Amino acid sequence: MSEQVPEIWVFGDYRNYFQNRVTLQLLSRATDLAGRLNASVCATVFGHGVDEWVGEYIAHGAKRVYVVEDESLGEYSTDLYVTLMERLAREYKPEIILVGATTFGREFAPRVAKRLGTGLTADCVGLDINDDGQLVQTAPAFGGNLLTRIITPEKRPQMATVRPGIFQEIPHNYQAQGEIVRLPLPEGLPRDRVRLISSERRPPAIQKLEDAAVVVCGGRGMSGKSKFKNLYELARLLGGEVGATRPVVYSKWAEEDALVGQADKHIRPKVLFSFGISGAIQHTAGIIDAGFIIAINKNPLAAMMKMADVAIVADANQVCLALIKELKKRLRG
Amino acid sequence: MASELPWDAKTCTLRRDLAEGMMNPACKHALEAALTIRQQHGGHITAITMGPPMAEEILREAIAMGADRCLMLTDKAMAGADTHITSYTLARAIEIFCPDFDLVLCGCHTTDSETAQVGPQLAEELDIAGISYVDDLELHERAVHVKRFSDNFLETLETDLPCLVTVNTQHFKPRYIPLSGLQDAFEDLNILAVSASDLGIDPVHIGIEGSPTKIIDVYSPRAEKRNIVLKGAPKKIVEELFERFESMLGGVIKKDLKREG
Repeated sequence: MSEQVPEIWVFGDYRNYFQNRVTLQLLSRATDLAGRLNASVCATVFGHGVDEWVGEYIAHGAKRVYVVEDESLGEYSTDLYVTLMERLAREYKPEIILVGATTFGREFAPRVAKRLGTGLTADCVGLDINDDGQLVQTAPAFGGNLLTRIITPEKRPQMATVRPGIFQEIPHNYQAQGEIVRLPLPEGLPRDRVRLISSERRPPAIQKLEDAAVVVCGGRGMSGKSKFKNLYELARLLGGEVGATRPVVYSKWAEEDALVGQADKHIRPKVLFSFGISGAIQHTAGIIDAGFIIAINKNPLAAMMKMADVAIVADANQVCLALIKELKKRLRG
Repeated sequence: MASELPWDAKTCTLRRDLAEGMMNPACKHALEAALTIRQQHGGHITAITMGPPMAEEILREAIAMGADRCLMLTDKAMAGADTHITSYTLARAIEIFCPDFDLVLCGCHTTDSETAQVGPQLAEELDIAGISYVDDLELHERAVHVKRFSDNFLETLETDLPCLVTVNTQHFKPRYIPLSGLQDAFEDLNILAVSASDLGIDPVHIGIEGSPTKIIDVYSPRAEKRNIVLKGAPKKIVEELFERFESMLGGVIKKDLKREG
């Protein structure tokens, strides 16, 4: 019986298919995990006119796709999608449900987990199967400075939302075969309690700071607005962008859109210069994806210095000026 | 960083009693939203938190900002709860102490664990509509209008009271605490401590015991990071930095950084 094969489900979040490939990334990871569990990888797709996505998911690893298609599902709706997912999960009893940690996914998955009475780990950056066949969910804790490994030992399904960009999608194979299970809209579906007044697709925001290969971040250790300005010159020479901590923005040394931190911009430069920043969690949570970190601080024990690849114990502004001078010399050559 | 966090290795939970008492930024914005609504439409604001006795500081902050009263859910049995159980416990308290509530406002996430799950799960527990990650909201009669930016879509949504909204830190900048508020927070403590038995909950169903998720371990991803320390005169430091890393830096900025001669 096919019911005996455990299933790993991936929620089909297709709304930003071309910009956000997290569903495909999850199908890829689910395929790896399925190998260890002798499980089958399935996707769920809710919506209207979704054949394109069903085909894409099969081409990227789904062996079975559960499809609920109806005009009333044309726009994403948390209320309706949660009810559909709950009913499907109760009927087909998947072992694992994975949801991309998009804004929608992070609103949708907690409600599904709650209705199914199971656990949910948020924003995972790692997924594995342990020797007991349990899903080990690795998630950032305390603003990302720590990682924690979490299991859901008893309740089923095991559920996780997963951060986009962690796993690599499988190259598409349009010859791949997959079963398509088309389900009717269930009877007696409660009406949507939230009314959509308008929904307007916006072009993806221009994320200069977030996408910059080099970021020069400054904190209170720059000790003044005029000195802080030197960071802009350094950034220009490096072809990078300037970021700032909250105290700096409150002191009006930098504009608010330069804010880097937990509740602000998350940056992922290949090289990050951190000038005069102590390294409070509210800031460092926004830089955990930085590649190589060069920190400059008078205090060798500052938290930021411990996170750095190169910790320079000196006055931040003087090092900034010395860097500008040296770069000008070298770039002129 | 890791060693400075009040982490309890024995129970694998955050020692919130030792973490610095400070209201979570997004929750402050949610409280500001509540205060704004009260200014325009009237109403009564109850601030609720769950945590160790030290969490009282946060509720004093809430009173200082203008909350009318506070509930502090504190009980050893509640410790170590995951979001599933936290939302369960909060919902029972709301049902008992705020049976006629119209609107539940939450911060969209916390700075420590950042799961953003308690809000949506609390809406489920209370069986009301919920809208997350909201930039702006307004009350029109018995309807809530919200604006939010969700996955590249600018959405305007509407729902009827009672409902739950989680607020992000875009709008509703928290007000400065007035001096009179500060006085209130210390003189007139309208804070009600609530235990598991007050909620009629069996302790085995809550806290770390009742939570479906279990933490195996916690570790620092940067623990093994090789760290080069440079000291001395800025000019010398910069020279050494380029000596060691000029090709790496040059590769990243796609410019030749080799020194002439």
